[in-house]
Amino acid sequence: MTERFVIVGGGQSGAQAAASLRESGFAGAVTMICAEPELPYQRPPLSKKFLLGEISAERIELRPASYYRNLDVEVRTGTGARRIERETKRLHLTNGDSLPYDKLLLATGSRPRVLSVPGADLAGVHYLRTKADAERLRAGMTTGQHLVVLGGGYIGLEIAAAGIALGLRVMVLEAAPRVLGRVTGTLIAEHFTALHRRRGVEIRCCATVEGLEGTRRVSTVRCDGEALPADLVVAGIGVAACDTLAREAGLPCDDGIIVDSKCRTADPAIFAAGDCTSHPNSLAGRRLRLECVHNAVEQAKCAAANMMGGHSDHDIAPWFWSDQYETKWQSVGLSAGHDATVLRGNPVDERFALFYLTKGVLTAVDAVNSPRDFMACRRLIPQRPAMNAQRLGDTSIPLLEVA
Amino acid sequence: MARLIFIEPDGTQRSIEAVNGHTVMETAVKNGIKGILGDCGGTCSCSTCHCYVAAEWIDRLPAKDDDEADLLEFAWEPRETSRLACQITVADELDGLVLRIPEQQLP
Repeated sequence: MTERFVIVGGGQSGAQAAASLRESGFAGAVTMICAEPELPYQRPPLSKKFLLGEISAERIELRPASYYRNLDVEVRTGTGARRIERETKRLHLTNGDSLPYDKLLLATGSRPRVLSVPGADLAGVHYLRTKADAERLRAGMTTGQHLVVLGGGYIGLEIAAAGIALGLRVMVLEAAPRVLGRVTGTLIAEHFTALHRRRGVEIRCCATVEGLEGTRRVSTVRCDGEALPADLVVAGIGVAACDTLAREAGLPCDDGIIVDSKCRTADPAIFAAGDCTSHPNSLAGRRLRLECVHNAVEQAKCAAANMMGGHSDHDIAPWFWSDQYETKWQSVGLSAGHDATVLRGNPVDERFALFYLTKGVLTAVDAVNSPRDFMACRRLIPQRPAMNAQRLGDTSIPLLEVA
Repeated sequence: MARLIFIEPDGTQRSIEAVNGHTVMETAVKNGIKGILGDCGGTCSCSTCHCYVAAEWIDRLPAKDDDEADLLEFAWEPRETSRLACQITVADELDGLVLRIPEQQLP
C-alpha cells in the first residue's frame, strides 16, 4: 500500500514540508489541508507591500497550482481539520470528509489574540492574519481617517507605517511602557518610536484601553478616560498557537504543540512545525514558540526529513525582518536574558547595529539598514562566539574578524 | 515577456517564460527551479536567491545597489557575476538571460 502523509495547514511551513518531501524523493501520497480558500501564500507582505496595494495577490502566492500538480501534491483548500483519530490514524475534516494517514504533520500556525474590551465586536475593528483580513483592512483605509492601532509590536508598527503612507491619521496605543517590548531592547524601541513620531504617528505607551464605542461601527476608542476618534481600529496584540486540534487529540501542549528537536510530538506518527510548536532552543536555553518564516521553513524541512525516517535536528538562531517606511530592520538570535549591549555605528545615521551579549557571548543583533552586520551575524551567532565588546563596537574592524 | 534560462546545480537547463514586472527570484521559485530559495520573499534580506549571471549579461542588467552588494559578500562562493535574483526585474530586454544556480545558497 502507498504510504500517505497528510499536512494540516497551508501556510509557509505546510507548503515547505510538501516541497521538501518531494525534493527528498518521497514517493507516497501527500495531501495538504488548507483552511483558507487559497493556496499557501507569504504572510509577511500582508502588513507591508500587500497592505499598501503595491503587490498583487498573485505575487504573494508561494507557488502556483501547477507546482503542486507537477509534484503530485494534493491540495485541499477551504477546509480545516476537525479531529484526529489517533487509534485508527484518521483525520476528520471540517467539511465532513475524513482521510487516513501514515504520518501527519501539524503546521496549523497561530491566530491573533482577540480583544476582550467592550465594543470589540463593532464593525471597523480588525485583526491581521490572513490575506482576507488584509484585503478587508485595506478596503477600509481611507485617506484622512483616524486609524487607531492597538499594540506597538512588529505588526502594529508596520500597519501604522502603512496607514501613514496611505494618508491616514494614525495613533498607536501600547499597554507597556514602550513599544516592541517583547522583541527588542530600549534603544531600538526608542529609535522606532522616534521614526514613527517623525512621520506623524502619535504613540502612547502605558495606555489602558477601556473600550471601543460606536453605533454598529466603531467611532471612538476610550483610553485612560479619554475619547479618541477612530474610524478604524486594528488590534495587533500578539498571537496564540493553533493547538486545539492537537490538544483535543490528547497531545501535550503548553503554549504550542510540544515537540522535540526532531519535530516529533508524543505520537510517533504525528509531527508538528512552525508557529504552532513549542520546541527546544539551545540559544534560549529553554523551550519556546517562534513566530517567524525562518523557523516555519526550517522546522518544515526537519519534520519532512524525519517523517521519511531521517534523523534531522532543529535548533536555530532565528532571524526576523521588518520594513517600516524606508527602514529595513533585521534581527538574528534571541536577546532575552542578555547582560550587555554594544552599539556599532550611530543611530543618527540611520544605519547601525545593536549587539546583545550574555556573559561575553554574542546571542543576538538588531541591524537597522545594515544588511552586512545582519549577514555576518547570521553566520556568527550559531557559533556562539565570545566577543570583545570594544572591538565589536569598532566599525574599522570587520565583524567576522572581531572574535 | 522574456525567456529565462536557468541552469540548476546538477546542470539541468530549464527555459522558463517569465512575466514582466515579476522578479527573477519569483519566476524561479514559482517554476520550481532547484536551488533558489528566496526565504525573505524578495525583500533583499536573506541572500538565498544567489545566482551567477552569464558573463555577457552582467553589464546589460541594472547595477546592484549597496544592500545587494553587502548581502552577496556573504553568499556561498560569490563571484563578479553574482546577483540576487530578487533584485532583477523581468523585462523584454532580458529575453535569453542565462543564470546559473550555485550548488548551495548560504555557506
